[in-house]
Amino acid sequence: MTVNEKNVKRTELGRLDRLYLVEVVKGLGITGGHFFRNLFLHTAHLFGLMKDRPAAVTIQYPEERRPIPVGYRGRHRLLLREDGSPKCVACMMCPTICPAQCIHIRAGESPDPAIEKYPVSFDIVVDRCVMCGFCVEACPVDAIRMDTGIVEMAEYDRKDFVDGRDYMLSQKPSDEEKKKGPPERKPPNELDKKNDEH
Amino acid sequence: MGTVIIFVKIFFMIGFLMTLGVLLTWVERKQSAVMQDRIGANRADIFGLRILGLFHPLADALKLLTKEDFIPPSGDRFVHTLAPFIAFTTALVGFAVIPFGPNVQFFGREISLQVADIHVGLLFIFVVTGLSVYGVILAGWSSANRFGLLGALRGAAQSISYEVSMALSVIGLLMIFGSLSLGEIARAQGELVWGLPRWGVLVQPLGCIIFFIAAIAETKRIPFDLPEGESEIVGFFVEYSGMKFGLLWIGEFVEIVVMSGLVATLFFGGWQVPYLGSGGFVFPFGLQIGLPPFLVVLMQVLAFMFKVVFFCWLQMLIRWTLPRLRYDQLMRLGWKVLLPLSLLNIVLTGLVLLFTGS
Repeated sequence: MTVNEKNVKRTELGRLDRLYLVEVVKGLGITGGHFFRNLFLHTAHLFGLMKDRPAAVTIQYPEERRPIPVGYRGRHRLLLREDGSPKCVACMMCPTICPAQCIHIRAGESPDPAIEKYPVSFDIVVDRCVMCGFCVEACPVDAIRMDTGIVEMAEYDRKDFVDGRDYMLSQKPSDEEKKKGPPERKPPNELDKKNDEH
Repeated sequence: MGTVIIFVKIFFMIGFLMTLGVLLTWVERKQSAVMQDRIGANRADIFGLRILGLFHPLADALKLLTKEDFIPPSGDRFVHTLAPFIAFTTALVGFAVIPFGPNVQFFGREISLQVADIHVGLLFIFVVTGLSVYGVILAGWSSANRFGLLGALRGAAQSISYEVSMALSVIGLLMIFGSLSLGEIARAQGELVWGLPRWGVLVQPLGCIIFFIAAIAETKRIPFDLPEGESEIVGFFVEYSGMKFGLLWIGEFVEIVVMSGLVATLFFGGWQVPYLGSGGFVFPFGLQIGLPPFLVVLMQVLAFMFKVVFFCWLQMLIRWTLPRLRYDQLMRLGWKVLLPLSLLNIVLTGLVLLFTGS
């Protein structure tokens, strides 16, 4: 095993450095410089000038929000078919793979003869969920995604953390996800071919 | 009549000190924020009005007043209550001998703009700052808390170490001005030497630096905040809550104001504005601007306040720039650097005075 080693050269303190006073004044210069620059910018902003140069890096959280990156896993949503019925076929792949065991599905017989089952109820206990995204990957019919961009989950009651089927069906993807467009997925047979080559 | 004037002056002084002390709690948060590219406290509002977070001191006071006043069961009830009052009073009282303006003629009376113009003013200040450490020691001891006691001991040791160099650093100044009265010292700094105002910083540059460092150490703030030592022992006020903690806290800020006033008075001319005499500006190259007396006094009082605010700002800047000293470094700086330097300063001043014969 090789250890990553790095030799740090320690500089000897010069005569001026050992006096500290000069270095202290230099440090005060740096912080004072920041102080006056930011004070000037804050004042300019009050009069509506130089708005393009920020005076602080603070994001004033509830009013301003940092954009959520594309692909960031948020609260789940269920997808619909073209005809408006849930895509989910209640195959139980997601509750099986879920490491937190927070997905509960009751399956019922689908009225469509081409489809075997549909979820009568589909509950996700969100405060148990570990946001691993395995359910999304396990789903064979792309019925569940985590692209709502809802990352702040706070409720007054535990039972409010249980997301029901209809709630999740009504959710929309976040604005960033919409801009990106639908995910590019290669047809499965092409993927298989690639796997065989290796 | 004399009593009334004294009370007016005390009222004015306490008003100035407390206002500045309370504002400093806001300044500390806002200035550090601006220095670190942040925005700082701006959420406290009254009917949606925020004015740069200026309501935060108000909100803090309300919070502190409504909090539980906890006294540790094994602590000393009486001393625990007494300590913050000692710390606060001694911090406040020091300002009594600092002049905030020249003597003024008012309805035929000569009034000195100074609460108590005692001729041992400087000694009085040292006595009071020396007493202020009792607040720290008693607070730490009466809490029956090991961390509190540690903080108190550190505070005592630090105070002893730095008071020595602090007192010795002004000896040179006393040799030059020949008076212990702060009013006298401030008046004497209005004279000129080589066309420049004879401020303490000009005639005693070394003494000024030593005094300023020792003054910061006396206020027990970073880089000398070992009695507090927030990250390791929380400090001598661990067991304090509510307004008693508030008193210790405000006392610290008032102490900053007093130290700023002291540095301004001793080394930066007090209420003197450069080249401003009682009749107006008199510049050494011949230019003269006559001003009415009340305007001169107003300018001088404002100049003193400006200097005090400036030094408060400078102490804040230092507090938010430098890291804390280690304990052995603190002691080494106090005993091995500042003390010999202040002694050297005395010798040098004596030699210069001997050879110039003034």
